[in-house]
Amino acid sequence: MPLDNPKGQSFRLVGSRPDRPDGIDKVTGRAKFGADMSAPGMLVGKLLRSPHAHARIRRIDIKKALALPGVKAIVTRDDFKEIEGDLRDVSRNVMARDKALYDGHAVAAVAAIDTATARKALKLIKVDYEILPHVTDVEEAMKPGAPVLHSDLFTQGVEPTPKKPSNIAKRHEFGHGDVAKGFAQADVVVERKFKNEATHQGYIEPHACLASVGNDGQGELWVCTQGHYAVRNVCASLLGMDVSKLRVTASEIGGGFGGKTTVFIEPVALALSRKAGKPVKIVMSREEVFRASGPTSSATVWVKIGIKKDGRITAGDAVLKYQGGAFPGSPVDMGAMSAFACYDLENVRAVGWDVVVNRPKQAAYRAPGAPISAFGVESVIDELAQKIGMDPIEVRLKNAAHEGTESSYGPTYGVIGLRATIEAAKVHPHYKAPLGPNQGRGIASGFWFNFGGQTCVSLNINIDGTVALAVGTPDIGGSRASMCLMAAEELGIGYDQVRTIIADTSSLGYNDISEGSRVTFSTGMATIQAARDAVKKLCGRAAQMWGISPEAVLWENGHAKPAGANAGDFPPLSLADIAKVAANTGGPIAGHCEVNAEGAGVSFSTHLCDVEIDPETGFTRVIRYTVIQDAGKAIHPSYVEGQYQGGAVQGIGWALNEEYIYGADGKLQNAGFLDYRIPVASDLPMIDTVIVEVPNPGHPYGLRGVGETSIVPPLAAVANAVSAAAKVRMTEIPMSPPKILKAMGEAQRR
Amino acid sequence: MSKVRVSTTINGDPVEYLCAAEETLLDVLRDRLGLTGSKEGCGTGDCGACSVTLDGRLVCSCLVLGAEAEGREVRTVEGIAKGDQLHPLQRKFIEHAALQCGICTPGFLVASKALLERNPNPTEHEIRFWLAGNLCRCTGYDKIVRAVVSAAAEMRESR
Amino acid sequence: MRYEAPKTTKEAVALLAKAKGLAHVLAGGTDLLVRLRSGQVEPDLVVDIKRIPAMGKISAVANGIRIGGAVPSAVLGEHAGVRKAWPGVVEAAKLIGSTQIQGRATVVGNLCNASPAADSVPAMVAAGATAIVVGPKGRREIPVEDVAVAPGKTSLRKGEIVESIHLPKRPPRSGDAYLRFIPRTEMDIAVVGAGVSLTLGPDGVCRQARVALGAVAARVLLVEEAAAALVGTKVDDKALDKLAAAASAACRPIDDKRGTKEFRIKVAGVLARRAAKTALQRARRGK
Repeated sequence: MPLDNPKGQSFRLVGSRPDRPDGIDKVTGRAKFGADMSAPGMLVGKLLRSPHAHARIRRIDIKKALALPGVKAIVTRDDFKEIEGDLRDVSRNVMARDKALYDGHAVAAVAAIDTATARKALKLIKVDYEILPHVTDVEEAMKPGAPVLHSDLFTQGVEPTPKKPSNIAKRHEFGHGDVAKGFAQADVVVERKFKNEATHQGYIEPHACLASVGNDGQGELWVCTQGHYAVRNVCASLLGMDVSKLRVTASEIGGGFGGKTTVFIEPVALALSRKAGKPVKIVMSREEVFRASGPTSSATVWVKIGIKKDGRITAGDAVLKYQGGAFPGSPVDMGAMSAFACYDLENVRAVGWDVVVNRPKQAAYRAPGAPISAFGVESVIDELAQKIGMDPIEVRLKNAAHEGTESSYGPTYGVIGLRATIEAAKVHPHYKAPLGPNQGRGIASGFWFNFGGQTCVSLNINIDGTVALAVGTPDIGGSRASMCLMAAEELGIGYDQVRTIIADTSSLGYNDISEGSRVTFSTGMATIQAARDAVKKLCGRAAQMWGISPEAVLWENGHAKPAGANAGDFPPLSLADIAKVAANTGGPIAGHCEVNAEGAGVSFSTHLCDVEIDPETGFTRVIRYTVIQDAGKAIHPSYVEGQYQGGAVQGIGWALNEEYIYGADGKLQNAGFLDYRIPVASDLPMIDTVIVEVPNPGHPYGLRGVGETSIVPPLAAVANAVSAAAKVRMTEIPMSPPKILKAMGEAQRR
Repeated sequence: MSKVRVSTTINGDPVEYLCAAEETLLDVLRDRLGLTGSKEGCGTGDCGACSVTLDGRLVCSCLVLGAEAEGREVRTVEGIAKGDQLHPLQRKFIEHAALQCGICTPGFLVASKALLERNPNPTEHEIRFWLAGNLCRCTGYDKIVRAVVSAAAEMRESR
Repeated sequence: MRYEAPKTTKEAVALLAKAKGLAHVLAGGTDLLVRLRSGQVEPDLVVDIKRIPAMGKISAVANGIRIGGAVPSAVLGEHAGVRKAWPGVVEAAKLIGSTQIQGRATVVGNLCNASPAADSVPAMVAAGATAIVVGPKGRREIPVEDVAVAPGKTSLRKGEIVESIHLPKRPPRSGDAYLRFIPRTEMDIAVVGAGVSLTLGPDGVCRQARVALGAVAARVLLVEEAAAALVGTKVDDKALDKLAAAASAACRPIDDKRGTKEFRIKVAGVLARRAAKTALQRARRGK
């Protein structure tokens, strides 16, 4: 749907900051999250997980466990059909088949009358493992002779296809031009290798669900998820059920960031419930969340960029190696596509290698793949700027992608806001603020594609003229408020007169997952369309009531009005007026939209970061941070700011202290919030935000997704700041104090 | 497994329950008493989502046994509002968009309320350090701190 | 599991002494409940000491201050008397975990948990604190550094419980301080902890000092060489350099997920130095 008013927009409600509709429930404890639901006769489900990083599962003996009083059902691989095709890997991740592929891989599950009994039962399950050599490091896994996870995995994307299986699933390549030629033209070339450890989305709510399958095969599932339709489809397939037989309700969700876009415990809960004939509730412990949900990739990234003395980049080249855990599908393709997306380059290439290792299967984490490659590229740009003695902002302005640029990943950009964010950074007081001793400043830019996708919305006019809006995308960031704003804006009514709910899978058509920063864009677009559809119908009813042609009726300020003096002299009719008599004019009034939303606008962000280091201990603190990002049009600015701040802080944690630590035994050593260190309130300053609005021509209000771009620049922004403060280039994250101290010490000795 | 009989006060109301010796107060609140406002984020006292006050002291209910509540006074998020009157902290959290997913919000409200009862005029530094035991992954803490500052100001004015 | 909440120390000792199977003392519960939850420990009996009045008191006694075994860090931190005499012990106790943890965790529990990285222990060792141990055979008093014998293991015999910590009376011109290194600003287990306590003479020369390090060995280390570097000096930079070197030299750390050996050795020296400087400032300010 194209932009309504390319010349300029003015809104009555959109852009204001009303209270969110689900606010009261969330501040009183009334809101129901994944683990907050119960059912009569409910059983407790618990999973048995492999203690080994890599092992063949020879035998699983459940006899003793099944005999324990209070145990009502046990499931293993024998209860799940072998599945081929798209869901093959997901099904094997949910329940191990012939091999346990990581420390924490589910091998069996129990449903019992209470937690204590379930725990006892798990201890009674005897699993006969044949321990195999394991590999958890991405580069080790690529070496010949590394333990191979899948005997049927042959590298795709290389010619010829290898005859022997390996841990290298696929090679991707993107770009255009001739990088060799480009490097030959450069005055200065920098090449560096970067490394990052795996991180977790870190949502505070562990995965939780309540499954209930009757002996007629009809199932209900209550689950915290970013996509209950996808959960329905996947679970139905894994359980051999018709999709229509499974009704999934999305609870309020306590954070997802991509980690709740797939299934882990849900098919298991359904299978247990089906077997036991009772509802089964499964809640992951925090340890299980770290060990066995979907962290993102650890990776090595090699970047080479050439630049002329005048600041024009002549070539950019990158090789990315990402591990996606035990199954193929790391986001290395998106990392490779987005690595140079901020730049207008004649010669650019990014090669990505997707590798498997004995770690949990990765899941999306906010702009999957992009922060990792941006860390490398934005760090090298910083170093190049220093080498040619140019302000890093000037270097970015000289090379920024703009409308008409052939992007590094293929498409040509339309109207984009990158330049605007860099210009805003240039004049921001943060950029000019003086720095003290042991302090350093870093700047970085970032990009995210943003997505549209399949979306359904149903907008119903109530008898009193208020509106019931049913959407199908779980609210992961406050989007209900934005939907109410957009519906109210279109209909010309008050914000408080619209109530938005997230419908269950039986009540509304299919909706893609809340991911890819798509909800405000897609569900918003669908809401606008549905509202316009409703307005047409309301005008039709008014026309009927007046006995005139529908073309003679217009909608203004929440009322149907005669289009002109010729149409007739009728007083305006409000929604309430029309709805009250709807039964007599044709029945209930509703607007619908079923769409595959297109036209999502890419968004760019530029971040400024100041850090202070204690040179005797390497202790590092972010002392100032500014996020400048293009939102196209901020529907509810407070929630846009919230996305900017949240993404930035996740990036700060990733840059400084967060990492998965595996021992030589292949087991995860820090599966808790004590030693997986996310930022706490005392670690951070206020996070300043600037919302830039360069309207997206593909959306009626011009909006662009905002949820993901904000996590792309911080790794490099922080690294560039630390590098400046420590006076040594940091290439490995997290930059924990021992690493910083070591790097400073080595630099001093040189 | 022997059950313990406990008589306690929760949000001002007398409550009696039976619980297993190893059940935590959080387990009791959520699974026996239907008070699901307090959340389990970690079970190890590292995230603060289960925060309650015990005899006026801010604690993690996941680190208190149900049995230990005997004769004490427990206050949870469900007891912060007075009927339909929201506490200034609750109103300010909504007004300042200090919540996105909302899972950490009950813990933050209980913790912030405990802070303002001791220190009606905290600095940003004091707020951040008091709340360091409450993890939030969505907001980056900025708007939470602003909401607490704003609520504190309103509460001081209405004295 | 059985839960008991005795009303006197004598009852608690009796319960622990005659317990068949595994019995645990429950003070703040911030260590025990985590281990219980994870299945790491499965006690048959848990003895809650928080209903024992003697354990919940902070009392001034003739030769110092007694802190009962069930006194939470938060309460300790609000006690003006302890704060004035032993600011280092208080700041150590107040570094344990979050505000929520502070509301429950006790320094005695911290001591008896016997973690090499316990925050309150280096400060108590530097203070020359003793533990009053009550058992079936009566009472005894031991230096706090003799309580932990190995990670997770204490020297307490069956039925024994630490009823209180005794902090000695403070001579004039004394000061103590505790610093720890953690990668964030809060919430982490100490990577290195340094506690320093010293007393100056009227001429400003250091008469007595104790230096203790945490998280750099299997138990908290009392580093006599580091203390010796200060005694007889005015705690100038030269003395502090010697102290730092002695502190680093005494470390026997491990590489683990919280820090490397080399990092701990280096930072132990840095923190010991900084803690000594703060202790010195406090000693100079005092009467």
